[in-house]
Amino acid sequence: MGSCSSHVARIPDVDQILRETGFSQASLLRLYHRFQALDREEKGYLSRLDLQRIGALAVNPLGDRIIDSFFPNGSQRVDFAGFARVLAHFRPVDEEDATIRDPKQPEPLNSRMNKLRFAFQLYDLDRDGKISRNEMLQVLRLMVGVQVTDEQLESITDRTVQEADEDGDGAVSFMEFTKSLEKMNIEQKMSIRILK
Amino acid sequence: MGLARHMAFRSWNWLLWLMAFACSEASSYVNESSNSTAQQAPDAQFAASSSDPDERISVFELDYDYVQIPYEVTLWILLASLAKIGFHLYHKLPHLMPESCLLIIVGALVGGIIFGTHHKSPPVMDSSIYFLYLLPPIVLESGYFMPTRPFFENIGSILWWAGLGALINAFGIGLSLYFVCQIKAFGLGDINLLQNLLFGSLISAVDPVAVLAVFEEARVNEQLYMMIFGEALLNDGISVVLYNILIAFTKMHKFEDIEPVDILAGCARFVIVGCGGVFFGIIFGFISAFITRFTQNISAIEPLIVFMFSYLSYLAAETLYLSGILAITACAVTMKKYVEENVSQTSYTTIKYFMKMLSSVSETLIFIFMGVSTIGKNHEWNWAFICFTLAFCQIWRAISVFTLFYVSNQFRTFPFSVKDQFIIFYSGVRGAGSFSLAFLLPLSLFPRKKLFVTATLVVTYFTVFFQGITIGPLVRYLDVRKTNKKESINEELHIRLMDHLKAGIEDVCGQWSHYQVRDKFKKFDHRYLRKILIRRNLPKSSIVSLYKKLEMKQAIEMVETGILTSAALLTPYQPERIQGTKRLSPEDVESMRDILTRNMYQVRQRTLSYNKYNLKPQTSEKQAQEILIRRQNTLRESMRKGQSLPWGKPVGTKNFRYLSFPYSNPLSARREARAAESTDDDGIDPGLQPLMFRAHPRAGSLQERRQTQAMIPMKSFHRGEKALSFSYRSNSSWEEHAGWGRRDVIRPKPLFYAVDEEYESGEQTEEETSATGSRWIAQHRHSREHYKSHSPLLHKK
Repeated sequence: MGSCSSHVARIPDVDQILRETGFSQASLLRLYHRFQALDREEKGYLSRLDLQRIGALAVNPLGDRIIDSFFPNGSQRVDFAGFARVLAHFRPVDEEDATIRDPKQPEPLNSRMNKLRFAFQLYDLDRDGKISRNEMLQVLRLMVGVQVTDEQLESITDRTVQEADEDGDGAVSFMEFTKSLEKMNIEQKMSIRILK
Repeated sequence: MGLARHMAFRSWNWLLWLMAFACSEASSYVNESSNSTAQQAPDAQFAASSSDPDERISVFELDYDYVQIPYEVTLWILLASLAKIGFHLYHKLPHLMPESCLLIIVGALVGGIIFGTHHKSPPVMDSSIYFLYLLPPIVLESGYFMPTRPFFENIGSILWWAGLGALINAFGIGLSLYFVCQIKAFGLGDINLLQNLLFGSLISAVDPVAVLAVFEEARVNEQLYMMIFGEALLNDGISVVLYNILIAFTKMHKFEDIEPVDILAGCARFVIVGCGGVFFGIIFGFISAFITRFTQNISAIEPLIVFMFSYLSYLAAETLYLSGILAITACAVTMKKYVEENVSQTSYTTIKYFMKMLSSVSETLIFIFMGVSTIGKNHEWNWAFICFTLAFCQIWRAISVFTLFYVSNQFRTFPFSVKDQFIIFYSGVRGAGSFSLAFLLPLSLFPRKKLFVTATLVVTYFTVFFQGITIGPLVRYLDVRKTNKKESINEELHIRLMDHLKAGIEDVCGQWSHYQVRDKFKKFDHRYLRKILIRRNLPKSSIVSLYKKLEMKQAIEMVETGILTSAALLTPYQPERIQGTKRLSPEDVESMRDILTRNMYQVRQRTLSYNKYNLKPQTSEKQAQEILIRRQNTLRESMRKGQSLPWGKPVGTKNFRYLSFPYSNPLSARREARAAESTDDDGIDPGLQPLMFRAHPRAGSLQERRQTQAMIPMKSFHRGEKALSFSYRSNSSWEEHAGWGRRDVIRPKPLFYAVDEEYESGEQTEEETSATGSRWIAQHRHSREHYKSHSPLLHKK
C-alpha cells in the first residue's frame, strides 16, 4: 500500500464507475483504498488468491462461491471497476431512487431484481438460467453440517425444488426463484450499511 | 446465651452446608465455641464431650474462629456458583435476565441468612480489600477480552461518549440533587455541594456489559457493541478518578471555600491521572510481553507473569496516585497481542479461564457484600432523595446519550440511529462499582453516608431488575423481527444463503478505518515491536512429533465419527431417481424444516459475542473447522483432476507464504479458525499471518537440518498425512516419496529467504501449528505432480 491517493481523480474511469454503481464519491474512495489494500502486489487487479487471503471468507460456507462471483465469465482477474460493480449490488436502496429514476435507463445495480440475480448466480453455477436439482443439492450440502445424511439432504432438495418449481421442469428458473422470495425483504437483507 | 449461639450456629450451618459434611456436626455442637472476638489460641477451647472439667486431650474440637473468614467466603462463592449452575441449566433464563440479577439475589439471600442468625462478625469489605483485591481482576478481565481493532477504530467516539458522558452524568446528577437538597421540606439541607457531586460521580458508574448477553440475539451491530464495551471499560476508571479527586477536595476544603485555582488543579489532575495511568500500563504491558518471549522452557509460569505484571502495573500506578484502573486496562490491551503469540496454547487457555474466574469471584463477592448490607439495620430512607436520585439518573443519562451522539454523529461515517441511541440509554445498568464506592465513603466526612448507601442500593436494584429484564423484549421489539413461522423451506434456505452472502461481502469490504494511522502503526509494529517482543526460536523436533501425535488422534476420531468419508463429499447424481412429485405429509415437511434449521451453519458473527461471566464454548470453531476441511477436500479433488490451481499465477517467491493458507490441516485449521474469527485483526491479515509465520520456521528448520535428518520429518509428515486420510485415490510406491522428500529438502531454501525479506520474525510453532502447512508449501510449490503420487491410506467406506 505504497501510494494511497486520497483523491478520487486518481481512480481510473472514475466517472463511469460512479455512474454505473451509484456510489458516493466518499464510498468509492473507500472502496478504492480497500481494493488497494487487498491488492498487495500492486498489480492493479485482484486475483482469486487476493480474495482468498481474507481469512473470514475461508470459514464462510459459501466463501468460494462468493469469490467466484467476482470473476464473471471465467476470467482470473478483476479490476477495480468490476470489484465496485459487484459491491454495488449491496448498496442500500434509496427510496428516492426508485421514484425519480428514468425508466429508459438500465436498472441500478442495487435494485431488487439485480440483487436477486446476484443471489441466483450463487446457485446457478453453469449459468443456464435455472437451478437444477443437482445445483440445489450442492448448495445445500455446503450450507449444512456434516451430521445430515445424504438421504435427508436429497429429500430436502427434492422438497425445495418442488416447492418453488411451477412449470414442472424439475428446476427452478429465475422467475420462480423471484416468486418464492416475494415476501422477503430482499432490499434489507442484501444491503450493507457502510456502502451507502 | 451460649445456647442461643449454638442454635444460631447450627441453623446457619445447616442451611449453607448443602453437600455432605453433615456428619461432623453431630458431635461438634455439644462443644462450646469461644467468643468470636477473642483472639485466643485454639488450645484455649476444650471439648465438653465428657462431663469432666479437667484438662484432657480432647478427641474432637471445634475451632471456628480460625477459619471463619476464609470459610465463609468460600461458602459464599460456592453458593453463588451453585446458583449459577442452576441458572444456566434452565436455558431460557439467561436470555430473560442478566446474570447480575442472579448474583444480587444470592447476595440478598446470604445477607438474609447472616442477618437472621445474628451473626456477629461477618467478613466485611473495607477500602483496601476492595481497591487492592476485588477491583483489579474485574478491570483486568474487561481489558483483556476487549476487541482491540474495533475499539481503536471507534476510539474517538468512545472517548467522547465515555469520558464526557461520565462527566456530564456525574455533574448533572450532583448539581440537580444539590438543588433538590436545598428545598427545606426534604430535610436534606446538610448535604453540601461537594457531597452531592461525589454522590453523582459514584452513581453514574454503569456496567452495561451485564446486559449484553440479554439482547445478544438481536444482532446488535458492531459499532453499538463497541460503544457499550468502551463505556464499560472507561467508566470505572473515570468514576474512580473523579471519586478520588472529589474526596481529596472534601478533605481539603472542609472549612474553606473552594477557589477557582483548585478547580483548575482538579481538572489538570484528572487529565494527568488518566493519562499517566495509561502510560504506566503500556510500559508494563511491553515489559511483560518482552519477558514472555523467553519463557518457552517454563511455560507453567507464563500465566503467572501475565497476571503479576498486570497487577504490578495497577499497584505501581496507585502508588503515584495515578489511575490504577486505566493502567491495568492499558496493560492488558497492550500485552494481549504479543503474549498471545508467545505463550503456549495451554497457557493461553489458562490465562483466559483464570481471568474469567478471578473476575467472576470478585464480582460475586461484591454482590454478596451488597446483599449483606441490604438486609441490615444501617439504612436511612428518605423518599425525596431516593426518588429524585432515580429520576435524575435516567434523565441525565438520556440527556447525555442523545446530545453527545447527536454531536458525534456529525463526524462519523456511520451514524447511530435513534434506535441505537435508545438502546445505549436503556442499557445504563448499574453494577458492583457504584455500590462499592458508596460503601467505602468515609463516615467522618459523610455523616449521611447511610442515606447514600440506601439510595445507591435502590438505584442498583431498580436498574438491574427492571431495566435488565425489560431490555431484552424491548430490543427485540425495536428490531421488529417478523417471525414468520410459516416459512417455507425455500425461504429458510435462501434467507440463510443471503445472510452468509452478506457476511462474506462485508468481509470483502473490510472495515472502513483511518488507514493512514493504522497502517503506520502496523508498520511500526512489524518492524520494531514484533522483533523485540515475539519469540523467534525454531521448535525442537519433540514438538513436531507431539504435534503429529495429536494430529493423528484427531484424524482417527474424525474418521470414526464418519466425517471424512469420500462418499459424503461428492454426492453422485443418480439418474435413475424418480423425478416425480412425491406427496409429502406435513410431518415430513416439518421434520425437514427441523433438520434444516438445526443443522445449517450459523452465519459468522462479526460482532464479538462477549459474555461477562462465561467463556462461550467454541461451537463456531467446530463449524469453521468443518468448512475448512471440506474446502481442502474439494480443492484437492479439483487439483487431482488436473485442473489448474485456483490461483492461476505463476508461483513467484513472494507467494510462498500465501500458499500455506488453504492447505493447512485440521489442527491448524482450528487455530486458523480461531484467528479468523477474532474480530481483532485486519480483514486481510487475521488467521493468515500467524499461520503463515508459523509455517516459515518449519521451512527454515528443514534447511538447517542435515539431509538425512530431514528425511525423517518428511516421512513422519507423510505418515501423518496418511492418517489424515484425505481422500486420495492414487497409489504409488514408497521410494517415490523418498525421492520426493529428498528433492524437496533442497528446494525450500528460496522459500525461507523470500519470506525473510518481508517479515523477518519467525515465530514459534506450538503443538497445533501447521508443521504440515509449510511442508505443504514445499510440496505443492515444487512437486505438483507428486501430489498425485501420494499413497495415502484411503479409508474406504
